[in-house]
Amino acid sequence: MSTSSHSPALLHHFDSVEQQKEASSLGMWLFLVTEIMFFGGMFTAYIVYRSLYPNAFVAASHTLDITMGAINTAVLICSSLSMALAVNAAQLGRRKSLVWFLILTILLGSVFLGIKAVEYHDKFVHHHVPGASFHFEGPEPQNAQLFFSIYFGATGLHALHMIIGIVLLAILAIRAQRGRFSSEYYTPIDMTGLYWHFVDIVWIFLFPLLYLLGGHLQGGGH
Amino acid sequence: MITEAPVDTGNYITSHYGIKSWLLTVDHKRIALLYLIAITFFFFLGGAFAVMIRLELLTPQGDLFQSETYNKLFTMHGIIMIFFFLVPSIPATLGNFLVPLMIGARDLAFPRLNLASWYIFIVGGCFSVFAAIFGGVDTGWTFYTPYSSTYSNTWVTVTAMGIFITGFSSILTGLNFIVTIHTMRAPGLSWFRLPLFIWSHYATSLIMILGTPVVAVTMLLVGLERMFRVPIFDPALGGDPVLFQHLFWFYSHPAVYIMILPAMGVVSELVAASTRKPVFGYKVVAFASIAIAVFGFLVWGHHMFVSGQSVYASLVFSFLSYAVAIPSAVKVFNWTATMHKGSNSYHTPMLYAFGFIGLFTIGGLTGLFVAALGVDVHVHDTYFVIAHFHYIMVGGAIMGYLGGLHFWWPKITGRLYPELPAKLSAFTIFVGFNLTFFPQFVLGYLGMPRRYHAYPEEFQVLNVMSTAGASILAFGYALPMLYFLWSLKWGKHASPNPWGAKGLEWLTTSPPPTENFKEMPVVTEPAYAYAPHKGVKVVDV
Repeated sequence: MSTSSHSPALLHHFDSVEQQKEASSLGMWLFLVTEIMFFGGMFTAYIVYRSLYPNAFVAASHTLDITMGAINTAVLICSSLSMALAVNAAQLGRRKSLVWFLILTILLGSVFLGIKAVEYHDKFVHHHVPGASFHFEGPEPQNAQLFFSIYFGATGLHALHMIIGIVLLAILAIRAQRGRFSSEYYTPIDMTGLYWHFVDIVWIFLFPLLYLLGGHLQGGGH
Repeated sequence: MITEAPVDTGNYITSHYGIKSWLLTVDHKRIALLYLIAITFFFFLGGAFAVMIRLELLTPQGDLFQSETYNKLFTMHGIIMIFFFLVPSIPATLGNFLVPLMIGARDLAFPRLNLASWYIFIVGGCFSVFAAIFGGVDTGWTFYTPYSSTYSNTWVTVTAMGIFITGFSSILTGLNFIVTIHTMRAPGLSWFRLPLFIWSHYATSLIMILGTPVVAVTMLLVGLERMFRVPIFDPALGGDPVLFQHLFWFYSHPAVYIMILPAMGVVSELVAASTRKPVFGYKVVAFASIAIAVFGFLVWGHHMFVSGQSVYASLVFSFLSYAVAIPSAVKVFNWTATMHKGSNSYHTPMLYAFGFIGLFTIGGLTGLFVAALGVDVHVHDTYFVIAHFHYIMVGGAIMGYLGGLHFWWPKITGRLYPELPAKLSAFTIFVGFNLTFFPQFVLGYLGMPRRYHAYPEEFQVLNVMSTAGASILAFGYALPMLYFLWSLKWGKHASPNPWGAKGLEWLTTSPPPTENFKEMPVVTEPAYAYAPHKGVKVVDV
């Protein structure tokens, strides 16, 4: 592969395509580490308040729609699969299937956001949005409000990451359609794939913490 | 030692002309200069606030400013100095300039990201300057809740957003450094041949990418609570203000090491070049940087001994804070050991290195005082703490920054600075600094609390000393500004290696060409291979 120094994708300050690829991939992983720390602050707040107010958190968690959450989880996992298939198609240099898998990923991501929007709308209708008009029929309504603060904070931040991901995928789809990628050069697809999987994994943690733990505790009958 | 050389054209400064070629540059050396200009502006802005604070404290009565105005002054001083000067100071200027040069690379791994990080910094800075101009913030740079999130009627949200945005510039710089150091080292440049400047920047970058996101999300939560009345930290709604303090200090304590570690890297280079010896215990000094970065993440609770955190937590945090002193002391001892029997020269950079070592030692040792639970209860929130962290941040970080700026000025600009005024300024800064901050140790120990615009009359003598020292310090800081600018036009031209120092950055021309090296270097020897020590036979006749 030492002939690759003539590749048009090689930037002037790298010696070889391998070095450039290694740099991109290390950079992306480091970026994901910063993202973990970023969400980590949210998760810390969740852990602290959950241990302070377990009853209020259970009651508040019970108002979330587990079915919608579960469907969304399935949708996201499917989107990760289609993303992985897109990367695979890029590796094999199959332009057409690359474009289609990217579009499929965008669609699944949009379905997720659509379902999330319906859930948010429900919260508005039931006055479960923290703030002046907040109303909660259950134990410790004030502390339940904290649950919803974290719910909206964490899922909102997650949704923002989804939107950014969809924009990135759309740009990639256009570039892929124009034949900018090949089996020699598909780093942006690879890196965006890592990002997409990361956003997916954040949801894999958010779903049980926000939706499932409460229901389980109530079923326990303590 | 300083030699003159003929002008070498075709360097990174003269390669392109016009403002556009600077604002759209992806050359790490030009971006370093963009940062230099920006942080110099913030340094003097933050300094202006400090001047007003010291003027108010000249007299015991609060006669110059109202207490509300005074709150804004010390808040803006802290925010500007910490987030917009000290955190980017050495990494974004000297680090940006030198990391690729020292490892023999043509640029950082992500040049466009590097430029983006400068623009992000500027946007964040604009938010804070906007807030400063239109009324300021009065929460203290620590933004403690619920005052910041619920009660303060000042520009908290705008400033918090400024810090949130600027944080990303810091993250991207750290990310860029780590990737560059991992993937772009010159042939033969193994990890243990790297200059200690690189090791300390690697450790700094780790803190930047691990800590900064946490303060970013914390600022975001404060902003949400303020803007949308979403309860998060408000105790009236069940929130926990101490949680804010945990999240805030989880970044803001390691941030101290973001400020001091790069300065330690600079001092290692200065000491080696001025003694013409390899740094004593190279590997230990290298690992000490990493140890400081790791331990630094485990001590944040020592800011909260009196905040109502569990006493057991306080015990552990106190113990771990003592542990950080070990790698820090290792560095101080090793620099001193390096000077022992060295061929020492006393140019301006070395004077700053001396200043750093002495002042950092005082700052570090008084850090042990405040890390002790009992003593901290007495001196918490007093001028003792103020004096302690100014010895670290001003006496340590800024001394390192200025020392480094003098040392690499010939490389950066291709001109030599005038030695005599430089020495004068180093002395002035040292004297002014001590006169400003040493009395504050005494004031704090006697019980003068921080963040008040008035104080009992018996404290006046020490406060007058402090203000007098501050004016000397201000003069000392103005001097380099003047002769550095002077040297750009009238300074002597610098040879590629005016100090006769080791390190890849001295192999290329001063200033370097855009691509850094005409011929890519290959490394065959360890760092600081000055006079051959072992293997040289001394023949006794």
